[in-house]
Amino acid sequence: MKQFQYIRPATQQNVLDAITKPGTKIIAGGTNLVDLMKRGVTAPDKLVDINHLPLKSITPSKTGLLIGALALNSVVSENTLVLQKQPLLSMALKAGASPQLRNMATVGGNMMQRTRCSYFYDTTMPCNKREPGTGCGALEGYNRMHAIFGTSPQCIAVHPSDMCVGLAALDAVVVIAGKKGDRRIPFTEFHRLPGDHPETDNHLAPGELIVGVEIPDNNFSQHSYYLKVRDRQSYAFALVSVAAALDISGGVIRNARLAMGGVAHKPWRLFDAEKSLIGKPATEASFKHAAQIAMQGAKAYEYNAFKLKMAPGTITEALKHAAGLA
Amino acid sequence: MKSKMPGTLPECEMEAPENSRRNFLKQSALITAVALTPAVATKAADMHVDEKIAEAFEKLPIKFEVNGVQQSLSVEPRATLLDILREQLDLTGTKKGCDYGQCGACTVHVDGHRVNSCLTLGVMVNGKKVTTIEGLAKGEELHPMQEAFLKHDGFQCGYCTPGQIMSAVACIREGHANSETEIREFMSGNICRCGAYPNIVNAIQEVKEGGHAV
Repeated sequence: MKQFQYIRPATQQNVLDAITKPGTKIIAGGTNLVDLMKRGVTAPDKLVDINHLPLKSITPSKTGLLIGALALNSVVSENTLVLQKQPLLSMALKAGASPQLRNMATVGGNMMQRTRCSYFYDTTMPCNKREPGTGCGALEGYNRMHAIFGTSPQCIAVHPSDMCVGLAALDAVVVIAGKKGDRRIPFTEFHRLPGDHPETDNHLAPGELIVGVEIPDNNFSQHSYYLKVRDRQSYAFALVSVAAALDISGGVIRNARLAMGGVAHKPWRLFDAEKSLIGKPATEASFKHAAQIAMQGAKAYEYNAFKLKMAPGTITEALKHAAGLA
Repeated sequence: MKSKMPGTLPECEMEAPENSRRNFLKQSALITAVALTPAVATKAADMHVDEKIAEAFEKLPIKFEVNGVQQSLSVEPRATLLDILREQLDLTGTKKGCDYGQCGACTVHVDGHRVNSCLTLGVMVNGKKVTTIEGLAKGEELHPMQEAFLKHDGFQCGYCTPGQIMSAVACIREGHANSETEIREFMSGNICRCGAYPNIVNAIQEVKEGGHAV
Protein backbone atom coordinates (compact mmCIF):
# COMPACT_ATOMS: atom_id res chain seq x y z
CA MET A 1 0.00 0.00 0.00
CA LYS A 2 1.30 3.44 -0.90
CA GLN A 3 2.12 5.52 2.17
CA PHE A 4 -0.29 8.34 3.00
CA GLN A 5 -0.82 11.03 5.57
CA TYR A 6 -3.44 10.28 8.21
CA ILE A 7 -5.35 13.02 9.97
CA ARG A 8 -8.27 13.13 12.39
CA PRO A 9 -9.77 16.63 12.38
CA ALA A 10 -11.60 17.60 15.56
CA THR A 11 -14.88 18.86 14.13
CA GLN A 12 -17.14 18.46 11.10
CA GLN A 13 -16.10 21.91 9.94
CA ASN A 14 -12.45 20.88 10.13
CA VAL A 15 -13.28 17.77 8.12
CA LEU A 16 -14.94 19.91 5.44
CA ASP A 17 -11.84 22.11 5.34
CA ALA A 18 -9.55 19.08 5.05
CA ILE A 19 -11.36 17.22 2.26
CA THR A 20 -11.24 20.02 -0.32
CA LYS A 21 -7.75 19.11 -1.51
CA PRO A 22 -7.41 16.63 -4.41
CA GLY A 23 -5.93 13.27 -3.42
CA THR A 24 -7.74 13.37 -0.08
CA LYS A 25 -10.20 10.66 0.90
CA ILE A 26 -12.48 10.20 3.86
CA ILE A 27 -12.15 6.98 5.84
CA ALA A 28 -14.95 5.63 8.03
CA GLY A 29 -15.19 1.81 8.38
CA GLY A 30 -12.51 1.36 5.73
CA THR A 31 -13.86 -2.04 4.63
CA ASN A 32 -13.81 -1.07 0.96
CA LEU A 33 -11.24 1.75 0.91
CA VAL A 34 -8.45 -0.20 2.67
CA ASP A 35 -9.13 -3.14 0.34
CA LEU A 36 -8.84 -0.87 -2.73
CA MET A 37 -5.69 0.79 -1.36
CA LYS A 38 -4.03 -2.59 -0.75
CA ARG A 39 -4.68 -3.55 -4.35
CA GLY A 40 -3.45 -0.24 -5.74
CA VAL A 41 -6.84 0.56 -7.27
CA THR A 42 -6.79 3.83 -5.36
CA ALA A 43 -3.87 5.58 -3.69
CA PRO A 44 -4.86 8.69 -1.74
CA ASP A 45 -2.19 11.08 -0.44
CA LYS A 46 -4.20 11.81 2.66
CA LEU A 47 -6.86 9.99 4.67
CA VAL A 48 -9.27 11.97 6.79
CA ASP A 49 -10.62 9.81 9.62
CA ILE A 50 -14.15 10.94 10.52
CA ASN A 51 -15.06 8.15 12.97
CA HIS A 52 -15.18 10.41 16.01
CA LEU A 53 -17.76 12.83 14.52
CA PRO A 54 -21.16 12.68 16.28
CA LEU A 55 -22.97 11.07 13.34
CA LYS A 56 -23.86 7.67 14.78
CA SER A 57 -27.36 8.21 16.13
CA ILE A 58 -30.63 6.75 14.88
CA THR A 59 -33.46 9.11 15.82
CA PRO A 60 -37.09 9.67 14.86
CA SER A 61 -37.66 12.96 13.03
CA LYS A 62 -40.97 14.72 12.41
CA THR A 63 -41.55 12.84 9.19
CA GLY A 64 -39.46 9.74 9.50
CA LEU A 65 -36.28 8.19 10.77
CA LEU A 66 -32.91 9.91 10.65
CA ILE A 67 -29.87 7.63 10.52
CA GLY A 68 -26.41 9.12 11.01
CA ALA A 69 -23.79 8.49 8.34
CA LEU A 70 -21.49 6.80 10.85
CA ALA A 71 -24.10 4.41 12.25
CA LEU A 72 -22.67 0.92 11.82
CA ASN A 73 -24.43 -1.46 9.46
CA SER A 74 -24.75 -4.04 12.27
CA VAL A 75 -26.21 -1.47 14.68
CA VAL A 76 -28.75 -0.18 12.14
CA SER A 77 -29.82 -3.71 11.22
CA GLU A 78 -30.72 -4.50 14.84
CA ASN A 79 -32.02 -1.10 15.94
CA THR A 80 -35.50 -1.28 17.47
CA LEU A 81 -36.83 1.74 15.57
CA VAL A 82 -35.50 0.41 12.28
CA LEU A 83 -37.04 -3.02 12.92
CA GLN A 84 -40.39 -1.42 13.78
CA LYS A 85 -40.59 1.26 11.11
CA GLN A 86 -38.33 0.01 8.30
CA PRO A 87 -37.82 -3.75 8.55
CA LEU A 88 -36.90 -3.83 4.85
CA LEU A 89 -33.74 -1.86 5.61
CA SER A 90 -32.77 -4.33 8.34
CA MET A 91 -33.30 -7.26 5.98
CA ALA A 92 -31.22 -5.63 3.25
CA LEU A 93 -28.38 -4.86 5.67
CA LYS A 94 -28.32 -8.39 7.04
CA ALA A 95 -28.10 -9.74 3.49
CA GLY A 96 -24.88 -7.83 2.93
CA ALA A 97 -21.26 -8.77 3.69
CA SER A 98 -20.45 -10.66 6.93
CA PRO A 99 -21.08 -9.93 10.63
CA GLN A 100 -17.46 -8.75 11.00
CA LEU A 101 -17.70 -6.37 8.05
CA ARG A 102 -21.09 -5.06 9.19
CA ASN A 103 -19.47 -4.27 12.55
CA MET A 104 -17.05 -1.98 10.72
CA ALA A 105 -19.03 -0.63 7.75
CA THR A 106 -21.01 2.59 8.14
CA VAL A 107 -24.14 3.83 6.37
CA GLY A 108 -22.26 6.62 4.56
CA GLY A 109 -19.40 4.32 3.64
CA ASN A 110 -21.79 1.69 2.31
CA MET A 111 -23.22 4.33 -0.06
CA MET A 112 -19.73 5.28 -1.22
CA GLN A 113 -18.44 1.76 -1.89
CA ARG A 114 -17.10 1.08 -5.36
CA THR A 115 -18.15 -1.65 -7.76
CA ARG A 116 -16.78 -5.17 -7.28
CA CYS A 117 -16.31 -5.59 -11.07
CA SER A 118 -13.22 -7.80 -11.37
CA TYR A 119 -11.86 -5.62 -14.19
CA PHE A 120 -12.05 -2.58 -11.91
CA TYR A 121 -10.13 -4.46 -9.22
CA ASP A 122 -7.46 -5.91 -11.54
CA THR A 123 -5.02 -3.07 -12.22
CA THR A 124 -3.52 -4.93 -15.20
CA MET A 125 -6.87 -4.80 -17.05
CA PRO A 126 -8.50 -1.90 -18.89
CA CYS A 127 -11.23 -0.13 -16.91
CA ASN A 128 -12.82 3.23 -17.65
CA LYS A 129 -13.98 3.52 -14.06
CA ARG A 130 -10.51 3.05 -12.58
CA GLU A 131 -8.59 4.72 -15.41
CA PRO A 132 -10.81 6.74 -17.77
CA GLY A 133 -10.08 6.19 -21.44
CA THR A 134 -8.53 2.72 -21.11
CA GLY A 135 -11.67 0.86 -22.20
CA CYS A 136 -13.98 -1.64 -20.54
CA GLY A 137 -12.60 -5.11 -19.92
CA ALA A 138 -15.99 -6.49 -18.97
CA LEU A 139 -17.83 -5.50 -22.16
CA GLU A 140 -16.26 -8.35 -24.17
CA GLY A 141 -14.95 -10.20 -21.14
CA TYR A 142 -16.36 -12.45 -18.43
CA ASN A 143 -19.39 -10.34 -17.59
CA ARG A 144 -21.46 -12.79 -15.57
CA MET A 145 -21.86 -10.43 -12.59
CA HIS A 146 -22.61 -7.37 -14.71
CA ALA A 147 -25.47 -5.00 -15.44
CA ILE A 148 -28.53 -5.51 -17.61
CA PHE A 149 -30.00 -2.01 -17.15
CA GLY A 150 -28.64 1.49 -17.75
CA THR A 151 -25.26 0.42 -19.15
CA SER A 152 -23.08 2.46 -21.49
CA PRO A 153 -20.38 1.37 -23.95
CA GLN A 154 -17.95 2.73 -21.35
CA CYS A 155 -19.02 0.63 -18.36
CA ILE A 156 -21.32 -2.26 -17.47
CA ALA A 157 -20.42 -2.54 -13.78
CA VAL A 158 -23.04 -2.90 -11.02
CA HIS A 159 -23.33 -1.17 -7.67
CA PRO A 160 -22.67 -3.83 -5.02
CA SER A 161 -24.71 -2.59 -2.05
CA ASP A 162 -27.76 -4.28 -0.54
CA MET A 163 -28.46 -1.48 1.93
CA CYS A 164 -28.70 1.02 -0.93
CA VAL A 165 -31.32 -1.09 -2.71
CA GLY A 166 -33.44 -0.99 0.43
CA LEU A 167 -32.97 2.76 0.88
CA ALA A 168 -33.79 3.43 -2.79
CA ALA A 169 -37.05 1.50 -2.42
CA LEU A 170 -37.95 3.32 0.79
CA ASP A 171 -37.71 6.84 -0.72
CA ALA A 172 -34.82 7.74 1.57
CA VAL A 173 -33.20 11.17 1.31
CA VAL A 174 -29.45 11.74 1.58
CA VAL A 175 -28.42 14.57 3.90
CA ILE A 176 -25.18 16.20 2.78
CA ALA A 177 -22.97 18.85 4.36
CA GLY A 178 -20.61 21.10 2.41
CA LYS A 179 -18.72 24.31 2.77
CA LYS A 180 -21.33 26.03 0.60
CA GLY A 181 -24.11 24.75 2.86
CA ASP A 182 -26.16 21.63 3.44
CA ARG A 183 -28.36 19.97 0.85
CA ARG A 184 -30.65 16.97 0.54
CA ILE A 185 -31.04 14.70 -2.45
CA PRO A 186 -33.42 11.80 -3.03
CA PHE A 187 -31.61 8.49 -2.60
CA THR A 188 -32.61 7.40 -6.12
CA GLU A 189 -30.76 10.44 -7.48
CA PHE A 190 -27.63 9.99 -5.37
CA HIS A 191 -25.95 7.30 -7.47
CA ARG A 192 -25.60 7.80 -11.21
CA LEU A 193 -25.49 5.73 -14.38
CA PRO A 194 -22.08 5.33 -16.05
CA GLY A 195 -22.72 7.27 -19.28
CA ASP A 196 -19.48 8.79 -20.51
CA HIS A 197 -18.10 9.19 -16.98
CA PRO A 198 -18.09 5.80 -15.25
CA GLU A 199 -15.30 7.08 -12.97
CA THR A 200 -17.98 9.07 -11.14
CA ASP A 201 -20.23 6.80 -9.07
CA ASN A 202 -22.55 9.41 -7.57
CA HIS A 203 -23.50 13.06 -7.30
CA LEU A 204 -21.63 13.84 -4.09
CA ALA A 205 -19.53 16.86 -5.05
CA PRO A 206 -15.86 17.12 -4.13
CA GLY A 207 -15.58 18.58 -0.64
CA GLU A 208 -19.01 17.34 0.46
CA LEU A 209 -19.70 14.97 3.35
CA ILE A 210 -22.65 12.59 3.79
CA VAL A 211 -24.01 13.24 7.28
CA GLY A 212 -27.01 10.91 7.22
CA VAL A 213 -30.05 9.48 5.50
CA GLU A 214 -33.66 10.14 6.34
CA ILE A 215 -36.38 7.58 5.63
CA PRO A 216 -39.93 8.95 5.53
CA ASP A 217 -42.56 7.08 7.53
CA ASN A 218 -44.69 4.71 5.43
CA ASN A 219 -47.24 1.94 5.62
CA PHE A 220 -44.97 -0.81 4.34
CA SER A 221 -43.70 -2.32 7.57
CA GLN A 222 -46.18 -5.22 7.55
CA HIS A 223 -45.46 -6.22 3.97
CA SER A 224 -41.86 -5.86 2.97
CA TYR A 225 -39.13 -8.29 1.96
CA TYR A 226 -35.56 -8.32 0.72
CA LEU A 227 -34.67 -11.27 -1.47
CA LYS A 228 -31.08 -11.78 -2.56
CA VAL A 229 -30.00 -14.45 -5.04
CA ARG A 230 -26.30 -15.28 -5.00
CA ASP A 231 -23.76 -18.02 -5.67
CA ARG A 232 -23.70 -19.15 -2.06
CA GLN A 233 -26.26 -18.70 0.67
CA SER A 234 -24.41 -16.00 2.58
CA TYR A 235 -21.44 -13.64 2.28
CA ALA A 236 -21.55 -13.15 -1.48
CA PHE A 237 -22.53 -10.29 -3.76
CA ALA A 238 -25.92 -10.38 -5.40
CA LEU A 239 -26.53 -11.86 -8.81
CA VAL A 240 -29.94 -10.23 -8.46
CA SER A 241 -31.62 -8.81 -5.38
CA VAL A 242 -35.04 -7.25 -4.90
CA ALA A 243 -36.42 -4.95 -2.23
CA ALA A 244 -40.21 -5.18 -2.20
CA ALA A 245 -42.59 -3.13 -0.05
CA LEU A 246 -46.37 -3.24 -0.23
CA ASP A 247 -49.24 -1.44 1.44
CA ILE A 248 -52.10 -3.93 1.28
CA SER A 249 -55.62 -3.35 2.50
CA GLY A 250 -58.45 -5.86 2.04
CA GLY A 251 -56.34 -7.87 -0.36
CA VAL A 252 -55.81 -4.84 -2.62
CA ILE A 253 -52.45 -3.14 -3.14
CA ARG A 254 -52.70 0.53 -2.10
CA ASN A 255 -49.09 1.40 -2.65
CA ALA A 256 -45.89 -0.34 -3.71
CA ARG A 257 -42.13 0.15 -3.79
CA LEU A 258 -39.67 -1.98 -5.72
CA ALA A 259 -35.92 -1.74 -6.30
CA MET A 260 -33.35 -4.16 -7.68
CA GLY A 261 -29.68 -4.75 -6.95
CA GLY A 262 -27.02 -6.50 -9.02
CA VAL A 263 -28.50 -5.26 -12.27
CA ALA A 264 -27.29 -1.68 -12.75
CA HIS A 265 -24.63 0.92 -11.93
CA LYS A 266 -27.00 2.21 -9.24
CA PRO A 267 -29.80 0.76 -7.12
CA TRP A 268 -32.43 0.20 -9.79
CA ARG A 269 -35.84 1.52 -8.78
CA LEU A 270 -38.79 -0.03 -10.67
CA PHE A 271 -41.23 2.92 -10.86
CA ASP A 272 -43.37 1.55 -13.72
CA ALA A 273 -43.73 -1.87 -12.10
CA GLU A 274 -44.78 -0.18 -8.85
CA LYS A 275 -47.49 1.82 -10.66
CA SER A 276 -48.81 -1.34 -12.30
CA LEU A 277 -49.44 -2.87 -8.86
CA ILE A 278 -51.54 -0.07 -7.39
CA GLY A 279 -55.21 -1.00 -7.14
CA LYS A 280 -54.51 -4.62 -8.14
CA PRO A 281 -55.19 -7.68 -5.98
CA ALA A 282 -52.15 -8.95 -4.08
CA THR A 283 -51.82 -12.11 -6.14
CA GLU A 284 -49.06 -13.92 -7.98
CA ALA A 285 -50.62 -12.89 -11.30
CA SER A 286 -50.31 -9.18 -10.40
CA PHE A 287 -46.73 -9.73 -9.30
CA LYS A 288 -45.76 -11.57 -12.48
CA HIS A 289 -47.24 -8.78 -14.56
CA ALA A 290 -45.26 -6.20 -12.60
CA ALA A 291 -42.08 -8.25 -13.07
CA GLN A 292 -42.68 -8.30 -16.82
CA ILE A 293 -43.00 -4.52 -16.87
CA ALA A 294 -39.86 -4.19 -14.76
CA MET A 295 -37.80 -6.03 -17.37
CA GLN A 296 -38.59 -3.65 -20.24
CA GLY A 297 -35.36 -2.29 -21.68
CA ALA A 298 -33.15 -4.98 -20.13
CA LYS A 299 -30.10 -5.91 -22.18
CA ALA A 300 -27.83 -8.86 -21.46
CA TYR A 301 -24.19 -9.50 -22.38
CA GLU A 302 -22.44 -12.77 -23.24
CA TYR A 303 -22.36 -14.32 -19.77
CA ASN A 304 -25.20 -12.65 -17.88
CA ALA A 305 -28.23 -13.52 -20.02
CA PHE A 306 -29.40 -15.71 -17.11
CA LYS A 307 -30.28 -12.49 -15.27
CA LEU A 308 -33.05 -11.81 -17.82
CA LYS A 309 -34.88 -14.82 -16.35
CA MET A 310 -33.58 -14.58 -12.81
CA ALA A 311 -34.59 -10.95 -12.30
CA PRO A 312 -38.33 -11.26 -13.01
CA GLY A 313 -38.43 -14.49 -11.02
CA THR A 314 -36.81 -12.76 -8.07
CA ILE A 315 -39.21 -9.81 -8.30
CA THR A 316 -42.21 -12.15 -8.23
CA GLU A 317 -40.82 -14.17 -5.31
CA ALA A 318 -39.92 -11.06 -3.31
CA LEU A 319 -43.44 -9.68 -3.80
CA LYS A 320 -44.98 -13.01 -2.77
CA HIS A 321 -42.90 -12.98 0.42
CA ALA A 322 -43.85 -9.36 1.08
CA ALA A 323 -47.53 -10.15 0.62
CA GLY A 324 -47.30 -13.24 2.82
CA LEU A 325 -48.01 -15.62 -0.06
CA ALA A 326 -44.68 -17.48 0.09
CA MET B 1 12.49 -12.74 -1.88
CA LYS B 2 13.23 -15.07 1.00
CA SER B 3 12.74 -18.75 0.39
CA LYS B 4 9.48 -19.91 1.85
CA MET B 5 9.54 -22.38 4.70
CA PRO B 6 7.10 -25.26 4.41
CA GLY B 7 3.81 -24.39 6.03
CA THR B 8 4.34 -20.64 5.99
CA LEU B 9 2.33 -18.19 3.98
CA PRO B 10 4.21 -15.80 1.73
CA GLU B 11 4.12 -12.99 4.23
CA CYS B 12 7.69 -12.03 3.31
CA GLU B 13 6.17 -10.55 0.16
CA MET B 14 4.71 -7.84 2.33
CA GLU B 15 8.13 -6.24 2.71
CA ALA B 16 8.62 -2.99 0.82
CA PRO B 17 10.60 -3.23 -2.40
CA GLU B 18 13.90 -1.43 -2.81
CA ASN B 19 12.50 1.68 -4.46
CA SER B 20 9.86 2.24 -1.84
CA ARG B 21 8.35 5.54 -0.88
CA ARG B 22 10.17 5.12 2.42
CA ASN B 23 13.53 5.22 0.64
CA PHE B 24 12.35 8.06 -1.53
CA LEU B 25 11.31 10.00 1.55
CA LYS B 26 14.60 9.30 3.26
CA GLN B 27 16.51 10.46 0.19
CA SER B 28 14.34 13.47 -0.48
CA ALA B 29 14.44 14.54 3.15
CA LEU B 30 18.21 14.38 2.93
CA ILE B 31 18.31 16.29 -0.37
CA THR B 32 16.11 19.00 1.10
CA ALA B 33 18.29 19.19 4.15
CA VAL B 34 21.45 19.40 2.04
CA ALA B 35 19.96 22.20 -0.03
CA LEU B 36 19.09 24.20 3.04
CA THR B 37 22.06 23.73 5.34
CA PRO B 38 24.79 21.70 3.67
CA ALA B 39 27.27 21.55 6.52
CA VAL B 40 24.80 20.53 9.20
CA ALA B 41 23.06 18.06 6.93
CA THR B 42 26.27 16.31 5.98
CA LYS B 43 26.96 15.80 9.62
CA ALA B 44 23.35 14.73 10.15
CA ALA B 45 23.67 12.15 7.40
CA ASP B 46 26.69 10.68 9.12
CA MET B 47 24.60 10.28 12.22
CA HIS B 48 21.67 8.73 10.23
CA VAL B 49 19.47 11.63 11.25
CA ASP B 50 17.85 11.52 7.79
CA GLU B 51 16.35 8.15 8.63
CA LYS B 52 14.96 9.53 11.84
CA ILE B 53 13.44 12.48 10.00
CA ALA B 54 11.80 10.15 7.50
CA GLU B 55 10.46 7.93 10.27
CA ALA B 56 9.07 10.91 12.12
CA PHE B 57 7.14 11.83 8.99
CA GLU B 58 5.83 8.35 8.45
CA LYS B 59 5.04 6.95 11.88
CA LEU B 60 2.37 7.86 14.36
CA PRO B 61 2.23 6.98 18.05
CA ILE B 62 -0.72 4.83 19.16
CA LYS B 63 -1.79 3.48 22.53
CA PHE B 64 -4.19 0.61 22.82
CA GLU B 65 -4.89 -2.38 25.00
CA VAL B 66 -4.25 -5.88 23.70
CA ASN B 67 -5.49 -8.81 25.79
CA GLY B 68 -5.46 -6.63 28.89
CA VAL B 69 -1.96 -5.25 28.35
CA GLN B 70 -1.46 -1.58 27.48
CA GLN B 71 0.68 -1.10 24.37
CA SER B 72 2.38 2.08 23.15
CA LEU B 73 3.63 1.72 19.61
CA SER B 74 4.84 3.78 16.72
CA VAL B 75 3.10 2.68 13.51
CA GLU B 76 2.86 3.67 9.87
CA PRO B 77 -0.66 4.84 9.01
CA ARG B 78 -0.88 2.10 6.38
CA ALA B 79 -0.08 -0.70 8.86
CA THR B 80 -3.12 -2.85 9.51
CA LEU B 81 -4.05 -4.06 12.97
CA LEU B 82 -3.36 -7.60 11.71
CA ASP B 83 0.23 -6.78 10.72
CA ILE B 84 0.83 -4.83 13.93
CA LEU B 85 -0.40 -7.75 16.06
CA ARG B 86 1.70 -10.28 14.19
CA GLU B 87 4.83 -8.31 13.32
CA GLN B 88 5.21 -5.79 16.13
CA LEU B 89 3.60 -7.63 19.06
CA ASP B 90 4.47 -11.20 18.01
CA LEU B 91 0.85 -12.25 18.51
CA THR B 92 0.84 -14.67 15.60
CA GLY B 93 -2.31 -16.50 16.67
CA THR B 94 -4.35 -14.14 14.51
CA LYS B 95 -3.93 -15.43 10.97
CA LYS B 96 -3.50 -13.72 7.63
CA GLY B 97 -5.64 -15.62 5.14
CA CYS B 98 -6.76 -13.50 2.22
CA ASP B 99 -5.74 -10.09 3.63
CA TYR B 100 -8.76 -8.54 1.84
CA GLY B 101 -11.67 -9.13 4.21
CA GLN B 102 -12.95 -12.18 2.39
CA CYS B 103 -12.05 -15.08 4.69
CA GLY B 104 -12.31 -14.06 8.37
CA ALA B 105 -9.06 -15.75 9.49
CA CYS B 106 -7.93 -12.40 10.95
CA THR B 107 -11.04 -11.89 13.12
CA VAL B 108 -10.36 -10.17 16.46
CA HIS B 109 -12.53 -8.25 18.90
CA VAL B 110 -12.20 -4.46 19.09
CA ASP B 111 -14.04 -3.01 22.08
CA GLY B 112 -15.90 -6.33 22.27
CA HIS B 113 -17.04 -6.42 18.63
CA ARG B 114 -15.65 -8.82 16.04
CA VAL B 115 -13.93 -7.19 13.09
CA ASN B 116 -11.56 -8.11 10.26
CA SER B 117 -8.15 -6.95 11.50
CA CYS B 118 -6.76 -7.05 7.94
CA LEU B 119 -9.00 -4.13 6.96
CA THR B 120 -8.51 -2.19 10.20
CA LEU B 121 -5.79 0.44 10.18
CA GLY B 122 -3.72 0.38 13.35
CA VAL B 123 -4.04 4.14 13.79
CA MET B 124 -7.79 3.68 14.04
CA VAL B 125 -7.67 1.43 17.13
CA ASN B 126 -5.90 4.12 19.16
CA GLY B 127 -7.46 4.12 22.64
CA LYS B 128 -9.40 0.89 22.06
CA LYS B 129 -9.32 -2.58 23.58
CA VAL B 130 -8.35 -5.48 21.34
CA THR B 131 -8.79 -9.16 22.17
CA THR B 132 -7.06 -11.82 20.09
CA ILE B 133 -7.16 -15.61 20.29
CA GLU B 134 -4.26 -15.40 22.77
CA GLY B 135 -6.49 -13.41 25.13
CA LEU B 136 -9.29 -15.98 25.49
CA ALA B 137 -7.71 -18.59 27.76
CA LYS B 138 -7.19 -17.88 31.46
CA GLY B 139 -3.66 -19.10 32.01
CA GLU B 140 -3.68 -22.84 31.35
CA GLU B 141 -7.46 -23.00 31.36
CA LEU B 142 -8.87 -22.89 27.85
CA HIS B 143 -11.92 -20.85 26.98
CA PRO B 144 -15.08 -23.03 26.70
CA MET B 145 -15.16 -22.36 22.94
CA GLN B 146 -11.58 -23.59 22.57
CA GLU B 147 -12.49 -26.73 24.55
CA ALA B 148 -15.57 -27.27 22.37
CA PHE B 149 -13.59 -26.92 19.12
CA LEU B 150 -11.17 -29.59 20.39
CA LYS B 151 -13.97 -31.91 21.51
CA HIS B 152 -15.94 -31.58 18.25
CA ASP B 153 -12.98 -31.54 15.84
CA GLY B 154 -13.97 -28.06 14.71
CA PHE B 155 -10.97 -27.91 12.38
CA GLN B 156 -8.69 -29.92 10.17
CA CYS B 157 -5.66 -27.86 9.15
CA GLY B 158 -6.41 -25.29 11.85
CA TYR B 159 -5.48 -22.17 9.91
CA CYS B 160 -8.94 -20.58 10.07
CA THR B 161 -9.49 -21.73 13.66
CA PRO B 162 -8.40 -18.63 15.61
CA GLY B 163 -10.73 -16.52 13.47
CA GLN B 164 -13.51 -19.10 13.75
CA ILE B 165 -13.23 -19.16 17.54
CA MET B 166 -13.15 -15.37 17.90
CA SER B 167 -16.19 -15.17 15.62
CA ALA B 168 -17.96 -18.02 17.45
CA VAL B 169 -17.54 -16.31 20.83
CA ALA B 170 -18.93 -13.07 19.36
CA CYS B 171 -21.77 -14.98 17.69
CA ILE B 172 -23.00 -16.21 21.08
CA ARG B 173 -22.43 -12.85 22.82
CA GLU B 174 -24.42 -11.07 20.10
CA GLY B 175 -27.32 -13.48 20.59
CA HIS B 176 -27.01 -14.98 17.11
CA ALA B 177 -26.54 -18.62 18.07
CA ASN B 178 -30.16 -19.65 18.64
CA SER B 179 -30.42 -22.25 15.89
CA GLU B 180 -28.23 -24.08 13.42
CA THR B 181 -29.52 -21.84 10.62
CA GLU B 182 -28.77 -18.69 12.56
CA ILE B 183 -25.29 -19.91 13.52
CA ARG B 184 -24.49 -20.76 9.90
CA GLU B 185 -25.67 -17.32 8.73
CA PHE B 186 -23.79 -15.43 11.46
CA MET B 187 -20.62 -17.50 11.01
CA SER B 188 -20.60 -16.96 7.23
CA GLY B 189 -17.78 -14.42 7.50
CA ASN B 190 -15.36 -17.21 8.40
CA ILE B 191 -14.38 -19.50 5.57
CA CYS B 192 -13.01 -23.00 6.27
CA ARG B 193 -11.40 -24.61 3.24
CA CYS B 194 -11.23 -27.97 5.02
CA GLY B 195 -15.01 -27.85 5.38
CA ALA B 196 -15.22 -28.36 9.14
CA TYR B 197 -18.48 -26.43 9.22
CA PRO B 198 -20.78 -29.12 10.73
CA ASN B 199 -18.33 -29.64 13.62
CA ILE B 200 -17.90 -25.90 14.12
CA VAL B 201 -21.68 -25.52 14.37
CA ASN B 202 -21.78 -28.42 16.87
CA ALA B 203 -19.08 -26.79 18.99
CA ILE B 204 -20.94 -23.47 19.07
CA GLN B 205 -24.25 -25.14 19.89
CA GLU B 206 -22.68 -27.04 22.77
CA VAL B 207 -21.19 -23.88 24.28
CA LYS B 208 -24.46 -22.00 23.80
CA GLU B 209 -26.60 -24.77 25.29
CA GLY B 210 -24.08 -25.44 28.05
CA GLY B 211 -24.77 -21.94 29.31
CA HIS B 212 -21.05 -21.27 29.77
CA ALA B 213 -20.06 -17.69 30.33
CA VAL B 214 -18.39 -16.62 27.10
